[in-house]
Amino acid sequence: MDFFKLISDIERVDPEIYDRLDSRRRVFRHFGLAGKTLTAAMLPNLVSGVFQRAYGQTTLNPDIVAVLNLALSLEYLEYYYYDSGLKATNLIPAADRPAFEIIRNDESGHIKVLREALGAAAIPDPGRATFDYSGGKGSGTGPFAAAFGNYALYLGVAQSFVDTGVRAYKGGATKLMSNKDILEAALNIHSVEARHSSHVRTVRRGVAANAAAITVPGNLADLNKQPKSWISGTDNGGPSPSTTPSTAAVYGPGVPATGGPTDLFFPADSNTTQAGVDLLTNTAGATAASASEAFDEALDAATVKTIARNFVDAKSTLFV
Amino acid sequence: MSSIPSLPPVGPGTADAPLLPRRSFLRYSGAGLAVGGLLLAGCDDDNDDITPGGTIDVGSGDTGVLNYAYALEQLEAAFYAKVKEGAYYKGLAGGSLEKQVFDDLAIHEQIHADFFKKVLDTKAIKALEPDFSTIKFDDRNSVLGAAKSFEDLGVAAYNGAGRYIQTPAYLLIAGKIVSVEARHAALIRDLINYNTFVGSDVVDLFTPTNATSAPGVGSGTGKEKSMMPTDVVNMANKFLKDGSKISASNIK
Repeated sequence: MDFFKLISDIERVDPEIYDRLDSRRRVFRHFGLAGKTLTAAMLPNLVSGVFQRAYGQTTLNPDIVAVLNLALSLEYLEYYYYDSGLKATNLIPAADRPAFEIIRNDESGHIKVLREALGAAAIPDPGRATFDYSGGKGSGTGPFAAAFGNYALYLGVAQSFVDTGVRAYKGGATKLMSNKDILEAALNIHSVEARHSSHVRTVRRGVAANAAAITVPGNLADLNKQPKSWISGTDNGGPSPSTTPSTAAVYGPGVPATGGPTDLFFPADSNTTQAGVDLLTNTAGATAASASEAFDEALDAATVKTIARNFVDAKSTLFV
Repeated sequence: MSSIPSLPPVGPGTADAPLLPRRSFLRYSGAGLAVGGLLLAGCDDDNDDITPGGTIDVGSGDTGVLNYAYALEQLEAAFYAKVKEGAYYKGLAGGSLEKQVFDDLAIHEQIHADFFKKVLDTKAIKALEPDFSTIKFDDRNSVLGAAKSFEDLGVAAYNGAGRYIQTPAYLLIAGKIVSVEARHAALIRDLINYNTFVGSDVVDLFTPTNATSAPGVGSGTGKEKSMMPTDVVNMANKFLKDGSKISASNIK
């Protein structure tokens, strides 16, 4: 058997073969081969096992399906938001279009990854019409109705979506621990979402100060409009704390909000105690602001859904 | 590692060209599946860059991962502390973005390092001695370039180590830190070159098949490129003095 000819042939019809296969180190660990001598007798089993991993249908446990489908729902929410923004005339300035094209495309990639992981269990594409980015649950008359004609508002809603996404992936990660490859894929999406959030916040500072984005510091007296690229305290409730829906929930506590050092719980982003360690006394010079900034907080699935449901038609089952 | 099997002489644009870069084929086929002789000797060649003897083993299990994180956070904290002593930082105007950024990054990373030290308690590795002799602390480009390297490395390291964490609460903690590192990385990259908050060096960028493609249709994944501990250690050790170089070979 010419193993490499086989792989090479498959590659011509399936360019993603290498994405489907485990990395080599994991292949050997998976088959208990680490440090052993591979013999000819072992090869057939190894090869069939590799292809079972690559193409075989395996049943994911329901917790993993739930986490990934919530993530996929959020990715659709974000994808259509950025896609609609790029299609709106005179919304995104030319200098910022490359960034939003990158972000939209990253979300599209995440959708692809999540669909592949979920297989037949993936929710169908809800389509653009399912979403009501005004925050009006389908009425189209929510507080963010002008988002596609007002760049500052558009950016504020974008920040709220992406920060919700970052908190959701963080909250879901522990439920993926039984499948290390899916866990790693989710972590590799999570950090990209955090990079998006950082950039959107940077852009917002520039818009708020009417200056080049990379010259404007965060304004601790107006975190709503001019945030840091990281979350400081609860960012004073985020871009739109006084509307209904409010963005305060994006930076507020989840359920449960308290717990012991090794419990899983979801405090507000202003939290300054981690694993039972009081960060304020543990580091000289730490402040409530810096200690909260140093750690992003997670959210539970139910709280994430409550936030996101404001942005879908009430007749949809998305985020229910 | 014994011989890598010879590959068909193909290149981009030929009929036989693999659709993915040759490197990815090598990554897989270089596995030691030496088909000719079917030899797979102990696959232990990943530690070549680590000084034999004298390295600090971060340990195994959750202690190993936490010490691994502690080592990287120590390195970052020491770097930003040094930045604040340098002429570049000292020349920054009060109230400027860059001053705020380096003030924030310095305290964030110190908080991370101190946090791990406290959690690890008696199991913590020693305080590491950094070697930043290749960084020019009076030069903006040098400082920003090094900051980018450290932040991107931190993100890739946490993402790659997630699979080795056994206690759910520690995975959650790692998640809380890695997104902050990613926020740092993105801003530093934007300071170097606006709109490079993600780049093909750190993220497998996605390209839609065409301008009207439905979501999910295209090449790439939009995923960060995570790194395994041995690869991270090889990079981190370039900034650690002899006697402070680390080994993470027992994280598995």
